[in-house]
Amino acid sequence: MSLITLAVAATLFAVGTYLILQRMLSRIIIGLGLMSHGANLLIMLSGTGPATPPIVDGSPSPVVADPLPQAMVLTAIVITFGITAFLLALALRSYLLTGSDAVEDDLEDKRIAHSHDRSSMDVQEMSE
Amino acid sequence: MTWLLPAVVAVPVLGAGLSVLVGRRLILQRVISLAAVGFVAVAAIALLVSADSGTTQVAQVGGWAAPAGITLVADRFAAIILTSSAVILLAVLVYAMAQLGRDAVDWWFHAKYLVLTAGVALSLVTGDLFNLFVGFEIMLTASYVLLTVKTGPDEVRATMSYVVINLVASALFLMAIAFVYTTTGTLNLADLSRKMAEIDPAVRAGLSMLTLVVFGIKAAIFPLFMWLPDSYPTAPTPVTAIFAGLLTKVGAFVIIRMQTLLFAQDEPSTLLLFVAGATMVVGVLGAIAQNDVKRILSFHIVSQIGYMIMGLGFLSIAGLAAAILFITHQIIVKTGLFLVGGLVEAEHGTGALDRIGGVLHRRPVIAALFLPLALSLAGLPPFSGFVAKLALIQEGLALDRGVIVAVSLAASLLTLFSMTKIWGGVFWGRETEAEGTAGAGMVGATAVVVALSIGVALFAGPLMALAERAAVDLVDPTVYADLVLGVR
Repeated sequence: MSLITLAVAATLFAVGTYLILQRMLSRIIIGLGLMSHGANLLIMLSGTGPATPPIVDGSPSPVVADPLPQAMVLTAIVITFGITAFLLALALRSYLLTGSDAVEDDLEDKRIAHSHDRSSMDVQEMSE
Repeated sequence: MTWLLPAVVAVPVLGAGLSVLVGRRLILQRVISLAAVGFVAVAAIALLVSADSGTTQVAQVGGWAAPAGITLVADRFAAIILTSSAVILLAVLVYAMAQLGRDAVDWWFHAKYLVLTAGVALSLVTGDLFNLFVGFEIMLTASYVLLTVKTGPDEVRATMSYVVINLVASALFLMAIAFVYTTTGTLNLADLSRKMAEIDPAVRAGLSMLTLVVFGIKAAIFPLFMWLPDSYPTAPTPVTAIFAGLLTKVGAFVIIRMQTLLFAQDEPSTLLLFVAGATMVVGVLGAIAQNDVKRILSFHIVSQIGYMIMGLGFLSIAGLAAAILFITHQIIVKTGLFLVGGLVEAEHGTGALDRIGGVLHRRPVIAALFLPLALSLAGLPPFSGFVAKLALIQEGLALDRGVIVAVSLAASLLTLFSMTKIWGGVFWGRETEAEGTAGAGMVGATAVVVALSIGVALFAGPLMALAERAAVDLVDPTVYADLVLGVR
């Protein structure tokens, strides 16, 4: 059981990593979602596994489930949800501004990398 | 007094909510922000005094005893960093008011700023790994929104890479939390420091590396720093200044906390010293290549993180004390330099070195504010950077680590060189037309930060003694564990 869950978590991380290495922000967002699901699964695995609910009927049970991983996963899901919504808004904004949601390279970086073999005129033009 | 610990987190959060509720009444928003951040500063000083007099405040939120409950701790180390952060947050708030009042008004700036304050405070005082995650996320989410105050193509592009990198780091952090919980069954830092000693050294080394990578991304150490110079310079000046002064330093704070409390070693760590040297050199070389004030300073953030990691790498009392003093000095000086950069930008509309000049003659006051900060960053006596760097180098020589000492001295020289580049480009040369004037509020807030930096140099003796007492606590992890869990 936990081996299957572990394999699923590993697959989610692998697919997520592949998607994050793409240029399009929409794909990166899906990749980030998958990767954080992988992390959430790992946290679930860190608990003691299936057992009696700890506080439902009040009678003490010898084997109770560990409630902490569930609580942590819930918090993590909420945080990831909020940031994913923010990233989607960012992708939309980028699409409205430039017609694409590609994550571009830093212009100033490119300018400095090229400045050694061009005259300052060209550099000026590139930055415009 | 224990109530102060939850209050330094809760008061800014409540202030943020209140600030949204009062709507577009700028005066009220300002009063709320000043009161909330001012409270954090006063509370931080009270916590520091309390911790230094031997009664460290430990709060168990919700009344559940550690390790089951939520623990907040302000030991000397946390209180020192919290105090310097809160004071700087206050100074930048005044600067932001003076600047935002004049140009682009962002109605929700104060709410975001207060959330950022709460996140920084929680990350510093938490005694629990998962709450550390929450504190970082609060801080970072506020920083994402602050970065996109303006939503032009530049800001959107810079924010994209910033958010994605930080989200990847957060996923790795969650992974680290899962692994730690699987191996030890606890997330309380004090409890962990006792249990970590008992687990398989190989697993322990793996966890140590994973947390180092996670917080290495957040602190921007080599080779995980590429996102920083790309994203910071596009934000408005007060935002960049506070990011530069605080966010990476909180990352460095957590690295020091983890490496001393959970993964303590007895001898200097060659890996950390290598990372430190590479961070210094790569950062400063990147700075030399740049042509924009804010970008030069952004690369220096990276370079200076190296010195903090160097102090940690020695893993000795003197080394850690120097690192603590260095973080305090950096929080002040780095913020101050960005504020001066902002003054220049406010007057000329750009920070490009080749498009401005002659500021020394037109506005000597800006040059007078820049000079002590720049010399302090490079580590020239008698400024604050000199004291911290001298302590680092003395300890390096005492431990016979000549290579890192040589590298750090060379990096300091190159820092001085790139500061002269700003000086030559901005302050000397042909005078250029100014587009506006930086207001008295902005100049005044910057002057306060400069005065603080000079204050660190003037009171270097007592501050160093305080940092040493904090380092004594750090070197022996049982001190922290006994504080939280009681003496075993």
